[in-house]
Amino acid sequence: MIDFTFSEEQDLFRKAARDFAENEVAKYVPEMEKTGKVPAGLVKAIGKAEMLAITIPEEYGGLELGYTARLIALEEISRISVATAMMLQVFALGIEPIVKFGTEEQKKKYLPGLATGEKLGTAAVTEATGGSDPTGIRTSYRKDGDDYIVNGRKCFITNSHIANTLVVLAKSDENPKDFCAFIVEKGMPGFKATHEEHKVGMKGCNTGELSFEDLRIPKANLLGQEGKGLRVTMAAIGEIGRGGMVGCALGLQAACLEESIKFANDRILYGKPISKLPEIQGKIADMRIDLEAGRLLGYRAASLQDSGTPASNEFAVAKYYTTEAAIKAAKTSVDIHGGYGCMEEYAVTRFYRDAAVLGPSAGTSAIMKVIIGRWALS
Amino acid sequence: MKIVVCVKAVPDPKEADKIRIDPETKTLMRGDVPIVLNPLDKHAVEAAVQLKRKYDATVTILSMGPPAAGNIVKECLALGADQGILLSDRAFGGADAYATAYTLAKGIEKIGEFHLIFCGMASSDGATEWVGPQVATFLGVPVVTMVNEIMDDSNDEWLVKTAWEDGHRKVAVQLPAVLTVAREINKPKSLSFSGIIKARKKEIITWSGDDLGVSPEMVGFKGSPTIVGGFGTLETGRNVEFLEGTAEEMAERLVGILSDSGAIG
Repeated sequence: MIDFTFSEEQDLFRKAARDFAENEVAKYVPEMEKTGKVPAGLVKAIGKAEMLAITIPEEYGGLELGYTARLIALEEISRISVATAMMLQVFALGIEPIVKFGTEEQKKKYLPGLATGEKLGTAAVTEATGGSDPTGIRTSYRKDGDDYIVNGRKCFITNSHIANTLVVLAKSDENPKDFCAFIVEKGMPGFKATHEEHKVGMKGCNTGELSFEDLRIPKANLLGQEGKGLRVTMAAIGEIGRGGMVGCALGLQAACLEESIKFANDRILYGKPISKLPEIQGKIADMRIDLEAGRLLGYRAASLQDSGTPASNEFAVAKYYTTEAAIKAAKTSVDIHGGYGCMEEYAVTRFYRDAAVLGPSAGTSAIMKVIIGRWALS
Repeated sequence: MKIVVCVKAVPDPKEADKIRIDPETKTLMRGDVPIVLNPLDKHAVEAAVQLKRKYDATVTILSMGPPAAGNIVKECLALGADQGILLSDRAFGGADAYATAYTLAKGIEKIGEFHLIFCGMASSDGATEWVGPQVATFLGVPVVTMVNEIMDDSNDEWLVKTAWEDGHRKVAVQLPAVLTVAREINKPKSLSFSGIIKARKKEIITWSGDDLGVSPEMVGFKGSPTIVGGFGTLETGRNVEFLEGTAEEMAERLVGILSDSGAIG
């Protein structure tokens, strides 16, 4: 029989993550909305709360709790701040390739610092000419003795300006079918974080551009095999990236539902709360149905990932479903709030803006359908 | 030093508005309100864990409740306690403060030697504040309630500070003793992932009425002298009245409304 219940320990993980989100994250949200900047105190709190250590093996200073625990944490944090969950989910995008493809030396060198938050990670794949189709990237590498020289630019990189350990994808300037993934450290000569984006939502989660000018990378920083870098970054994006977006979307759905219920119970119309109106009940029911279904899809995929079964297709389904549902939920929650839904004092306005960023992140819904279609037809 | 912390699983106070009262049985209908660790008990656990760090004390969590309350005990272990004991038996159901205190005291007797017992000052659901003092009475040890600071713990006679009307009092108490704590005593640490992992190796023992050697007549509903005469739900509503007349007339009417509603004396 299939067991759909969380274990006692997983319930405690959720409680720990919820406490962290409500007590340590929530207080930074107004500042993030106002400045659009990442509060230093928040990043420190994320490290202290061991949120970066969840998927890192114990022998490298992590907690080795797996991907269901990660999804639980992301959902709970996103319920309070989608921007913080997004930041956290992308830290893991910088961590996972090192866990999966790093040499023993690389793991020992980078993972303990990434587990505590002393170092922050990200993955830099997307460029103006390629993101979901990474073969279109133009950032190139050439060999120079034992080193690699990288030139190019990356865009829409989450944590671009705060990360100090970056997994960067580059294409061979000799053979366009060969790619390399490198561990780049902030401060290496030729590395520069340049333009910072001003997104419509997820304010306070840093997104920007990177520039590499004759960036010299030692051979010791090659991640995986030379020429096989696509596999390194895609493996991380397919499961960690999509899975992370599922966590962000589920948290946002839950937040939309909670705020809508609260408002619908408080707002009096025709002498009674609007929650008594069938039209409002129908909207709230739709949100709840989507949340229940999204959780089943997301946690099933995470459970597969925990068991070592490839789950990138299942995550594509969950990513498509939950991000679309989150966009719908945000719109519905604004609708339920009526005129108040246009006022920034109400959290639903933030949810609406955050939802707009969820769809394109880690692959648009259209790309998810391409992946799911190929899977179904294979 | 051996410390026992008595904790209670309560309906989540954040969702208290969902709790209803069964008009027939006069018991609480929790619905789907989740069970959580009584908020003040978290301060009691933190106080014990701080002493554990200071004196290498052993901290035992003791709770009476259904098997589901095991989650709360587990949470206390994740917060740093060493072992957990759950007193669970159908015969314990329906206990009032007196029968609860009796059962907890029997559990403590079975644990054996102790130097200190911590309780939260009150539970968020019952809020009688009786269980701690009654446990102390059953065990024949002194009790200090509403402790908000341990001022001196350097010898067998401790000095503690407690809330006292508009001020405070300092109380010297000989160990072993029961202390019920107020929220001001500390700021409890948050549940951590690594704490949860450490709790994997910590044991939770379940004791039944037979294990404690108690008579079914002394525990649970049968052992409870409290008789609930009635329960009521405070009905709240809102009325709208547009005041008319001069400013003085409207002010007079407003004072009358507030006075009639009991908002002002």
